[in-house]
Amino acid sequence: MSLSEPSASGRFGEFGGRYVPETLVPACQELEAAFRDAWADQTFRDELDALLADYAGRPSPITECHRLSEELGVRVLLKREDLNHTGSHKINNVLGQALLAKRMGKTRLVAETGAGQHGVASATAAALMGMECKVFMGEVDMERQALNVFRMKLLGAEVVPAMSGSRTLKDAVNEAMRDWVATVENTHYCLGSVMGPHPYPWMVREFHTVIGKESREQCAKLLENEIPDVVTACVGGGSNAIGIFSGFADTTAELVGVEPAGGAAVGRGVPGVVHGMKSYLMQDEFGQVQEAHSISAGLDYPGVGPEHSHLSSIGRARYEQVTDAEVIEAFQLLSRTEGIIPALEPAHALAWVIRDRAKLAGKTVLLNMSGRGDKDVAQMMEILG
Amino acid sequence: MSASLADEGLVIPDAPTEPGEFERSLRLLRDNGRKLLVAYVTGGLHDEWPDVVRAVADAGADAIEIGIPFSDPVMDGPIIQEASELALRDGASPVTVLDTLRTIDAGVPLAVMTYYNLAFHMGHERFAASLHEAGVRAAILPDLPLEEVGPWATAADPAGIETVMLAAPTAPDERLPRVVARSRGFVYAVGLLGVTGERDALAASSLVIARRLKAITDKPVLVGVGVSNAQQAAEVSQVADGCVIGSALMRRVVAGEGPAGAGAFIAEVRAALDAS
Repeated sequence: MSLSEPSASGRFGEFGGRYVPETLVPACQELEAAFRDAWADQTFRDELDALLADYAGRPSPITECHRLSEELGVRVLLKREDLNHTGSHKINNVLGQALLAKRMGKTRLVAETGAGQHGVASATAAALMGMECKVFMGEVDMERQALNVFRMKLLGAEVVPAMSGSRTLKDAVNEAMRDWVATVENTHYCLGSVMGPHPYPWMVREFHTVIGKESREQCAKLLENEIPDVVTACVGGGSNAIGIFSGFADTTAELVGVEPAGGAAVGRGVPGVVHGMKSYLMQDEFGQVQEAHSISAGLDYPGVGPEHSHLSSIGRARYEQVTDAEVIEAFQLLSRTEGIIPALEPAHALAWVIRDRAKLAGKTVLLNMSGRGDKDVAQMMEILG
Repeated sequence: MSASLADEGLVIPDAPTEPGEFERSLRLLRDNGRKLLVAYVTGGLHDEWPDVVRAVADAGADAIEIGIPFSDPVMDGPIIQEASELALRDGASPVTVLDTLRTIDAGVPLAVMTYYNLAFHMGHERFAASLHEAGVRAAILPDLPLEEVGPWATAADPAGIETVMLAAPTAPDERLPRVVARSRGFVYAVGLLGVTGERDALAASSLVIARRLKAITDKPVLVGVGVSNAQQAAEVSQVADGCVIGSALMRRVVAGEGPAGAGAFIAEVRAALDAS
């Protein structure tokens, strides 16, 4: 199978949909129509490809990790999304959405951000295209990612703290949606992951399929078998994972998403509805959404993109969990063995490879290195002392 | 679109042609020349919330929306967010709110306003039945738009729960009649682009949406979101059949004005509506 288009109601199997306030329904419909039109338009695709190449620096390379592989007994390849402009895979999606927003005549972007990577990417795209940009970020995250806050301001964006609830990513999404309800006429909600109401989970995936496409071609040249045994990536909302999975869904490669133990929607959640979608969701006995707890602000989210819920329920992908302590170890190991300081988010995927190295012995694992670790250095300095 | 929704088992059932209890009660008042006032009270906020409900009813609210607090109220502004958070911190849940509601004899029709996940999590049939058992006759689920309402409405209609639909200023002309046709109890006209909360002046959009709706339906049309005081209530009710007041009331309750303060405020709005 390759990853398919969602159903008419925006569902992947039973997951997805469009659970938004009535005010936003016409905007979601308009966005869906505009995306379909743009995605079928070669001029739009060419324009986006040019931006991805000349501005974001694509294609990103695949790095073979010789020393790490030797240490683990597992052949590890990294898809280097950390080398993209702005330091993560997020730029793929925001360039697509900003270009689309402009095509739709919108003059303003609103975005949510967890670790700040999507916020920085949104602010960057807005600066590039001369649009206004407002980013909501949980107050807790603003403290632990102060560098990214400054970066967004430098890029001309307004950063607004989300003060309600857990004051992390979940609440930043709520605030961004509230802003969009009030400003929908001139504003595009530049959602940062494969979540939210239809068409976002599908559209954001499409903008990230470039990761999977490149990886597939690169692996074909690099590997004797042409495809890796395992493709793995961290999963919060799940955009970098779906991007790389998309290139291998129709192969024999095992697809493994890695969630933080404190925010494991697939691993510990049950189906629920929040932020416009039906998906696995961590919630209490009454359906109140629970707060996630993870060392990584970017994965501190109690839900997950609906397509991941679907891929899990049909058994095409599986989802593992790792602890903060395992992530800290992985963060250091990659830095020492390969000279690559990873972001805490992809360090989750590596933490799983390290833990399961006995089972993975002799196999080839392609890991999506979704972002670089500069933003996490201050936090790690405190933890490691 | 509707054919493919049907293929997915997402059929939107036609609303029953006969108005339910809640709607009949509002129609009767409206047809007697009264401007309708629906008040919103967050369930489970402070121990005295049942007294707030009674005080608001006694002061002239024609129906009351009980908010069942939800962790992520995306359609609500700061006041109702705060009220919900405080109530949740006090241990409010759908079960505690409905259990208490059963003991309140407010003497006016009751609706609940909450978010879809609480109904989905409990199960549609069970949620609809527990609402009815608690004396509730209508439900407002602001994150459940027309295209997604089918499975819930299929359970709610036969259980005697009237699902109130929101009609927004952004809806094109071809969409409004479909929203109105599926709405029961009343039609909730969203007064402005934005979430619940007080505004200094009545948005011009609230009169526009009220006019658009009045032109196509005989169901009671009430404007909510941004109706903040007695004067604005009277102004919007020149066109609409009445209004919903939430944040302005809850600000007073959150500030500790108690049942007396809540009642006094609703009495003031009632007087302005009666004089208009």
